[in-house]
Amino acid sequence: MNKISSLIERYQLSHFIILAVIIFIVMPLALDSFRLNMVGKYLTYAFVALGLVLCWGYGGILSLGQGVFFGIGGYCMAMFLKLEASSPENTSIQSTPGIPDFMDWNQLTELPWFWEPFHSFAFTIVAILVLPAIFAFIIGVAMFKRRVGGVYFAIITQAIAAILTILIIGQQGYTGGVNGITDLRTLHGWDIRTDEAKTILYFVNGALLFVCLFAARYIIRSKLGRLLVAMREREDRVRFSGYDVSSFKIFIFCAAASISAIGGAMFTLQVGFMSPTFVGTGPSIEMVIFCALGGRLAILGAVYGALVVNWAKTSFSESFPELWLFAMGALFIGVVMAFPNGLAGLYQTYIAPWLQRFVPEKFHWIITGRSQEENPELPESLQEEKEPSAEDKKSTQGDLSHAGN
Amino acid sequence: MPETNKHIGPKDFVLSVEGLTVSFDGFKAVNDLSLYVEEQEIRVIIGPNGAGKTTVLDLICGRTKATEGSIKFKGKELTKMNEHQIVHAGVGRKFQNPSIYEDLTVYENLELSFPRGRNVWGALTFRRDQEVLNKVQEVADMIFLGDKLTMQADLLSHGQKQWLEIGMLLIQDPELLMLDEPVAGMSVSERKQTAELLNRITKDRSVLVIEHDMQFVEDIAHRVTVLHQGKVLSEGSMERVQKDPKVVEVYLGH
Ligand SMILES: Nc1ncnc2c1ncn2[C@@H]1O[C@H](COP(=O)(O)OP(=O)(O)OP(=O)(O)O)[C@@H](O)[C@H]1O
Ligand SMILES: [Mg+2]
Repeated sequence: MNKISSLIERYQLSHFIILAVIIFIVMPLALDSFRLNMVGKYLTYAFVALGLVLCWGYGGILSLGQGVFFGIGGYCMAMFLKLEASSPENTSIQSTPGIPDFMDWNQLTELPWFWEPFHSFAFTIVAILVLPAIFAFIIGVAMFKRRVGGVYFAIITQAIAAILTILIIGQQGYTGGVNGITDLRTLHGWDIRTDEAKTILYFVNGALLFVCLFAARYIIRSKLGRLLVAMREREDRVRFSGYDVSSFKIFIFCAAASISAIGGAMFTLQVGFMSPTFVGTGPSIEMVIFCALGGRLAILGAVYGALVVNWAKTSFSESFPELWLFAMGALFIGVVMAFPNGLAGLYQTYIAPWLQRFVPEKFHWIITGRSQEENPELPESLQEEKEPSAEDKKSTQGDLSHAGN
Repeated sequence: MPETNKHIGPKDFVLSVEGLTVSFDGFKAVNDLSLYVEEQEIRVIIGPNGAGKTTVLDLICGRTKATEGSIKFKGKELTKMNEHQIVHAGVGRKFQNPSIYEDLTVYENLELSFPRGRNVWGALTFRRDQEVLNKVQEVADMIFLGDKLTMQADLLSHGQKQWLEIGMLLIQDPELLMLDEPVAGMSVSERKQTAELLNRITKDRSVLVIEHDMQFVEDIAHRVTVLHQGKVLSEGSMERVQKDPKVVEVYLGH
């Protein structure tokens, strides 16, 4: 049986520090600016995978349309940058100067009303965080209040991703169509295309990722996190403990949406354009694979999952582009069958115990990622009173042996 | 039923069920049922398998929607409310099969049932303070699990799981406690302890129990309602009900 509690709350500071060292020190030192920018791009997908850990891993809500929220974030940022790039001076050769080039090509003579607010950077930032949450809220209310879940929800979100892609492609004059919004140049006059800017954006992206990781950690360690686990197992019981189950599902779905959108916005900044290919059904499913490979219950696993799969994708499709899809499918099935908890499960079951053999016991907490002094699930005042029996010890401290079961 | 009739008058009752009917594709699992439970009463519902006992509880706690009839709890109409609103109104329910969070510890099971931080914001900002710790400890002691707080719930014995679920209800402090076969799968000594527990907790609340074990029913029941094919067959003290020829016929005839 899958012992969830053994995987919860196990990601303590040591694992965060290791990841921070990899992202902020190892990668920048080891990679040239082109490769570093590529890793930065991969890391934007980690936001989406992290959102999926929350809503799928913990909340049990499988969404196959997370690309939608990534896309909303990305397009918001792209609209702002595009407006800045389309100043009347830059676009003086157009028949209507001052509007984005693709609008001019599509015979628009005026900026559409919904583009207007994106002149403001502050509005753009708020929109990146709030628009996806509002959209997720509407979907959530429509679905979860009616107790639609499981496969139906997955199919519906997949359909939404497909519809949105078609909409974006169809409304070329307003959205840039299939090419997306391209030729983005500056952010408040700061050229985002230089190597230096890309390096800075890489660090900003990493910092934002860590903010989201800590937020996610806070959520899963709060009572709300335990409620999500309880809901996955026994939704009815949670209801009859007096909780409105749908409101918790809506919340976690909205949180996942906002986190994904931050990734989308950072994608646009680092890559320099946004297009419908990152919104649709394909990327949405790929993002589920990042999450599954990293481990559905592992917030840090989401980052490793995104990095590993994308790195494999890049190296694979450089040499055998036509084989990549099959390879990824095989990878996904293999991981899910052999390691239902993904890389995190693999690490907990095999790698951590193996590593422990080379390290004095005093430092085992670095490897297990668990604070050594106390069992975090038990409040201190109760711990002092109770001398745990042998049986209790087994149940609360045998986490490693549980992890892979 | 002269004994019940003289009490009728909605104010005296914590729970009054009137004309309750539910039909599953034409099959009336509960058929024009009326039932009145007083304050601090332990009422036991008995009846053969498939009589509709569990369905009655499902209807009261909002899991199943009634086709007809009314369920009034302290003057509030429950048939129009959601499950969690019914819980907030003060109704707690234990399921026939122990329904606990197996992946969490005994402590966490009880803490999640503590009636605070029940909305999203409350759950995000919930803090374990002394009040929570004391309450959890108090309830855990009451349900004989005071020294098992750190144990993962799925390692408990079947009987202990039943107790844990009762504890999860107690910590909600409901005014009406509904228990579906609370001693099923328990040993004789566990049954005794459970009977004691129920007698102790009924001081501040009413209890509605479904049970097959006649010895246990005799130990706890103030009054017994016999259900058969979705209808009340007989009602009154255990002694009276056992002598009722209709009841004898149903139980022996099957
Ligand atoms: N949701 C449902 N849909 C269709 N039929 C149902 C449903 N729930 C219950 N029933 C039927 O209603 C009847 C009463 O079921 P119920 O579970 O209430 O019996 P019970 O008295 O609790 O029996 P037991 O002693 O076996 O627990 C049964 O025939 C059952 O099949
Ligand atoms: Mg039943």
